[in-house]
Amino acid sequence: MTTTTLDDAPFIEPSATAPRNYINDEYGVLSWLLTKDHKRIALLYLFSVTTLFFVGGFFAFMMRLELLTPEGDLFTSDTYNKFFTLHGIVMIFFFLIPAIPAVLGNFLLPIMLGAKDLAFPKLNLLSWYIYIVGATFGVVVIITGGVDTGWTFYTPFSTQYSNTHVFATTLGAFITGFSSILTGLNFIVTTHRMRAPGLTWFRLPLFVWSMYATSVVIVLATPVLAMTLVLLMIERGLHVGIFDPALGGDPLLYQHLFWFYSHPAVYIMILPGMAVISECVAAFTRKKIFGYKFVAFSSLAIALLGFLVWAHHLFVAGISVYSAMIFSFLTMLVAVPSAVKVFNWTATMYRASVSWQTPMLYVLGFIGLFTIGGVTGLFLAAMGIDVHVHDSYFVVAHFHYIMVGGTVMAYMAGIHYWWPKITGRMYPEWWARLSALLVFVGFNLTFFPQFLVGYVGMPRRYHAYAPEFQVLNVLSTAGATVLAAGYILPMIYLAWSWKFGRRAGPNPWGAVGLEWATSSPPPKENFLETPVVTWDAYDYPAFLKAMRETQNA
Amino acid sequence: MAHKTDYEDHIGHAPAHHVTSLAVYFGIFFLLMVLTVLTVAAARVNLGVWNTPIAMAIAIAKATAVILWFMHVIHSPRLTWIVVIVSFLWLGVLFVLTFADYLTRHWSMY
Amino acid sequence: MPSNPTYYNLAHPGTTEGEEHAAHEHHHPFLQHHFEDLGQQHAASTLGMWLFLTTEILFFGAFFFGYALYRNMYPEAWRAGAHHQNWVLGTANTIVLIGSSLTMALAVWAAQTNRRKLTTLLLALTLILGTVFLGVKAYEYNEHIHEGFFPGSHYHNVVDSPALRPGVQLFMIFYFGMTGMHAVHMIIGAGLLLYFIRRAWRGDFGEEYYGPIEVMGLYWHFVDIVWIFLFPLLYLIH
Repeated sequence: MTTTTLDDAPFIEPSATAPRNYINDEYGVLSWLLTKDHKRIALLYLFSVTTLFFVGGFFAFMMRLELLTPEGDLFTSDTYNKFFTLHGIVMIFFFLIPAIPAVLGNFLLPIMLGAKDLAFPKLNLLSWYIYIVGATFGVVVIITGGVDTGWTFYTPFSTQYSNTHVFATTLGAFITGFSSILTGLNFIVTTHRMRAPGLTWFRLPLFVWSMYATSVVIVLATPVLAMTLVLLMIERGLHVGIFDPALGGDPLLYQHLFWFYSHPAVYIMILPGMAVISECVAAFTRKKIFGYKFVAFSSLAIALLGFLVWAHHLFVAGISVYSAMIFSFLTMLVAVPSAVKVFNWTATMYRASVSWQTPMLYVLGFIGLFTIGGVTGLFLAAMGIDVHVHDSYFVVAHFHYIMVGGTVMAYMAGIHYWWPKITGRMYPEWWARLSALLVFVGFNLTFFPQFLVGYVGMPRRYHAYAPEFQVLNVLSTAGATVLAAGYILPMIYLAWSWKFGRRAGPNPWGAVGLEWATSSPPPKENFLETPVVTWDAYDYPAFLKAMRETQNA
Repeated sequence: MAHKTDYEDHIGHAPAHHVTSLAVYFGIFFLLMVLTVLTVAAARVNLGVWNTPIAMAIAIAKATAVILWFMHVIHSPRLTWIVVIVSFLWLGVLFVLTFADYLTRHWSMY
Repeated sequence: MPSNPTYYNLAHPGTTEGEEHAAHEHHHPFLQHHFEDLGQQHAASTLGMWLFLTTEILFFGAFFFGYALYRNMYPEAWRAGAHHQNWVLGTANTIVLIGSSLTMALAVWAAQTNRRKLTTLLLALTLILGTVFLGVKAYEYNEHIHEGFFPGSHYHNVVDSPALRPGVQLFMIFYFGMTGMHAVHMIIGAGLLLYFIRRAWRGDFGEEYYGPIEVMGLYWHFVDIVWIFLFPLLYLIH
């Protein structure tokens, strides 16, 4: 395996006067609100999802405050119900699902393909507006009193009994679904139809493979959620019983349809994370990813198998024992492609000269925490254990290890890794390393105690608990405080670096990939001329050779 | 151009200039009419448990004719075939795995 | 060294520039800037529409699944519900809608063969047949609502035996829901047709550029396919 160092990268001194790029190409609010440039739309998404991340984080922090003491003395149980519901809805529908695809995917996918834009730029802008309309519903619901069904909207509580804003919230989630459908559709068409000359499927960066698999899941799963929410709204609006057993309906139909979307949605959230990790591992080890084709096809395998496991959320809901056994077995299978990825990333790092920049710190965090989250997922896939820990904090800890330890870690890695490309400026390395450390320590302090407290029997979704659980809950709240600091710190130094950071140059990491072959920030249509790709993904010598040749041409 | 992109591999540089002949369009329309009459007639007769399967088989035949000829899938690149097949396959996953629960509820373990 | 030091020139040295530029000389007015040529644009838009139809198949599919489940649970009520439908009107509407699919398919043919007036006429015919379908549907809805079959607080079924009434209401939820969702798609399609009639009359389409009409056709035929399944499932249960 050939390794190269940063010094080998053809470094070009950026000119003193910045050239025209996508940021300073046009000025004015309207030039942003009516833009069809995928890079500008990515920035619109960046600001929107970041805002909603902190809204969702606020509710999380309120919950942790309540759980400092066992008595349930800070808020009423009703308020607490609204807090965990809003935390879940905001984080899942308005942050985790759009975060990496709509921000990093939007920015990078066309550049990595050597295209001028996504296939449907107007649909891309429309998807952001749809997202904003959906998010507005969410924010209005928060301001006018909230919703208390849990993010899953389980019937018949959500349709017959809850007297909070269920209708507006489900409508918001329904609308937001179309935003992610449009993004996924756009990505698939772009990957098939817009690749630069020479860019064959097996020359694609693994980011593209993973984003493609994500898009397939989005397109196949989201419409089922849309219909499920329509049925829910019909039932609530007309007071009829599609899911209400008292009126002849079947509540398990709701759960089946809901999880037919919402389990694959887990892979909508984690696959883009894996996309980022593959890129960062290749860049900071300066090696080809070990077993490129295995990693590429494991993304598609996860997308496929992710569709066949949803009823493991229903093990204690009364489904048939036979189907539960089938779903338990299928759930175990998903671990295989996930493990292939973890193994291959680790094998890539083996005996490489790894540079420990901030993105790589997050990558290490991701690999460790995702593994813990994944292995505890296997515990839950086994029916016997699931009956014991179902609806306990064990489950809460498990999916936070995947969603926060996995997706959010990868999102932070990606933001730091591509920050110089997006803004043209370097972030301050020391502060960034500090925040990565805070996030890692804070995260584990928050969620590891929840595995323990859940295993010994603390149920989720209660605002009061038995006094013997208090020590672990205090630890968890302390961890949440550290985690909050770890998330707020990047807001400050990233904003600072946009104006005052060191100029980055086209390829500050000495990485391979088309995005590092254009200027930082990129020009409006990404490249001055359509690039011709003559190298395999992560082939450092070939990429550097191509760069040198074109420079001297 | 020396390097081909994906769409060129399948359909060439210009739009797919396949023009379906009028005879095919009218022939398919006639077939759809015949099948419509057939499905109504079949529903007028009591065929026991076979009524629904026959109605569904006719509907699937009609839908296939529309997809292949009216929607030009028969002359489309392989990718279009994959998209169509995967769509219905995934709907099949929803039906099969969910009915795997409902239809085995009454099976006894012992 | 390249003139602007911050850009790499990635175009392969071997590419002959003449070829590249010759292809770009005659830009079609409807070629969007980020596509190389109309072939790429056409391929992208049809693939995009097919993927959209994938989402539609799964969207309606979830509704069909609910239908299948409850029909399996309440076969008697489903039979009673279907008997409240007017199968003659249903058959007539099926013929009308398949007819509109034919005119839509012919409109694509007319555009491909540079027949501007015929394209416009066929699109207009499609719109008229679609409107007839919606009119008949509205008449049927009106009848059902008068007979008290609309689910919810207005549900007032005096025809069926009391034991069957909750099940028939469930059938009616699926009847109104599925045909209603179908009608919404028809209305959207009618709006699109108006837009395309204007463009066809203006002479936008021809053998070089007929992608949008083709894509419109895909949508219209899909809506037709949904009805092909709804008709036997809602009107023809023996």
